[in-house]
Amino acid sequence: MLVEQLLNGLQLGLMLFLLAAGLTLVFGIMDMINLAHGSLYMVGAYLIATLSAATGSWGLGLLLGVLSTAALAVVLELSVLRRLYQRDHLSQVLGTFAILLMCNEAVRMIWGPQPIALNPPEALSGPVEIVPGLMYPSYRLFIIGVGLLVALLLFVLVTRTRVGMQVRAGAANREMALAMGVNVQRLFTGVFAFGAALCAIAGGMLGPLLSVQVGMGENILILAFVVIVIGGIGSIRGALMGALLVGFVDTAGRTLLPIALAWALPAQWASQAGPAVASVLIYVLMAAVLFWKPRGLFPARG
Amino acid sequence: MTVRLRALCSVALAAAVLFAGPASAADTVKVGLLSTLSGPGAGLGVDIRDGFALGLQHSGGTLGGLKTELVIADDQANPEAARQTTERLLKRDKVDFMTGVVFSNVMLAVGQPIFQSKTPYISTNAGPSQYAGEQCNPYFFNVAWQNDNLHEAVGKTVKDKGYKKLALLAPNYPAGKDALTGFKRFYNGPVALEIYTPLSQLDFGAELSQIRASGADALYIFMPGGLGVNFIKQFVGAGLNKDMVLFGPGFSADEDVIRAVGEPMLGMFNTSQWAHDLPNAANKRFVADFQKAYGRMPTLYASQGYDAARLLDAAVRDVKGNLDNKDALLKAIKTARFDSVRGAFKFNTNQFPIQDYHLRTIVKDSQGRLTNKTVGTVFKNHADAYVGQCAMR
Repeated sequence: MLVEQLLNGLQLGLMLFLLAAGLTLVFGIMDMINLAHGSLYMVGAYLIATLSAATGSWGLGLLLGVLSTAALAVVLELSVLRRLYQRDHLSQVLGTFAILLMCNEAVRMIWGPQPIALNPPEALSGPVEIVPGLMYPSYRLFIIGVGLLVALLLFVLVTRTRVGMQVRAGAANREMALAMGVNVQRLFTGVFAFGAALCAIAGGMLGPLLSVQVGMGENILILAFVVIVIGGIGSIRGALMGALLVGFVDTAGRTLLPIALAWALPAQWASQAGPAVASVLIYVLMAAVLFWKPRGLFPARG
Repeated sequence: MTVRLRALCSVALAAAVLFAGPASAADTVKVGLLSTLSGPGAGLGVDIRDGFALGLQHSGGTLGGLKTELVIADDQANPEAARQTTERLLKRDKVDFMTGVVFSNVMLAVGQPIFQSKTPYISTNAGPSQYAGEQCNPYFFNVAWQNDNLHEAVGKTVKDKGYKKLALLAPNYPAGKDALTGFKRFYNGPVALEIYTPLSQLDFGAELSQIRASGADALYIFMPGGLGVNFIKQFVGAGLNKDMVLFGPGFSADEDVIRAVGEPMLGMFNTSQWAHDLPNAANKRFVADFQKAYGRMPTLYASQGYDAARLLDAAVRDVKGNLDNKDALLKAIKTARFDSVRGAFKFNTNQFPIQDYHLRTIVKDSQGRLTNKTVGTVFKNHADAYVGQCAMR
């Protein structure tokens, strides 16, 4: 059971990482609070579900869905968000919150208020036996694989390429990067679209596991914000560490805590307190990190 | 039109409104339908609304022969917003009846102003134990069930089928706890594992691992709306459907959930007071016309909305359109004879239903559609557990 729970934590952490990576880059490089990040995740999941159904292939739907979400993000960046960079954080919060509400309504108008189906490919619908006696859902294993692959890709992109260097420079010191002749406008659009693509991948991966419905973005957005606060704003490495930490702590809290409480407290109290304490555990973690390391575990800016 | 003439017209109009007064028999009826039409619970409210509208249509757009205006409002599943909207429906729109609320926490927030204004309320879903027991009220009628009922029916089914080691899973909020209380009222065997999850939780990986480790032979879930969709998909993905049998109340396995989950639902047992294949004439007409009108299968929520409209139609006809004599009106609602789509139906002394509860399982029907099939009756003429605490006789 312990191995199974570790895998659960890893899977949750990697998916949070996909969301948090885009968010932390947008926040770190553009100094922009984007509440509509969760909406891109939702729109991505809806597009992937629709395109998978239309093409009859989950993989093709995923690819097209991710690309079209990125294209949508480019349109959004060029038409609206670009105007918000120079404004203060309050305007950005209000502006992107408006986008979030509009996305929710638009999705409801197009796809209706009821959740829609996105099922994993047939081959991944059952469990697999990793080692004798240990069954694990093959789809979750697949998610872990994709998550690790994307994380690796991102790592190479950020640390080994010229674009990555510009991104890091932008996150560490925006003014200096500007002065050194980085085409910031194009970089911003690119980063935003890339963040949206990561969101859509997460949406497509989690869609079959969770449900594709209006408002799905808000729940997970809060977790993504917790992740980047823990990890340090603008840092990919911080986002990865923060996401894994949140994934493991959340999973452990939900499974081990009730057992520990049942051992320490009368059964009546334990069953009441367990779920309550488990649900606030990651916020306790966030508060603790903020107390000892107010800039997060791996701050990008020196 | 001169200014003077226009002023005169306004005065005349105002006078007409002021002096119209209450007539002995109304010529129109206004029904306020307050339901959850946005957010993750919207599917339920939409089905209630559409069911009610179809019921109204089946009586020619009238209730008891009186032209009927339906005022539809969204409660956003939010008790405070619902309370404000209720005030508006009662004071500005002056509705004659109210109906439609989905969630019990919303119902408990809007009940008081409705009862105080002496407006009869027909509940199409929420059946909180409070209104069935100590706080029962002559203006509150429930045409669906009391909250515990469907869970009680599953409890009895699981016990009768002889399962010995059970895992239970419900969200950590009042209705979740009531659900497991209702379940355990009829299942008194051993419980291997009992888990409450936050109402907002959608990933059940950790819980599924615990359930697997518990070695249970059956699992009971109360997972409303989107939660059920998620849980069942993940349950099957983990391969647990080979180790244990899944049970739920009708809410976790109706057409809305089936549409979203698909194949993995096959074989799940659930209980309901209604099913689309109940063989009475009223139900056949309802199911056929609902599909024709809305292009989807009706759910139990839709059947409840439909029955509410049919009930009001019969009651208004019985009082011959005289809605001012409240005592006569309440009596008429209580004794109204209408052909319920669930078959036999009558109100108990607390104005909650006495009715049968059926066991359904999900199958592929002859047309290859994934849908519920009724396989038996769990309770005959079943009443709720709280009727004894209700002082109303």
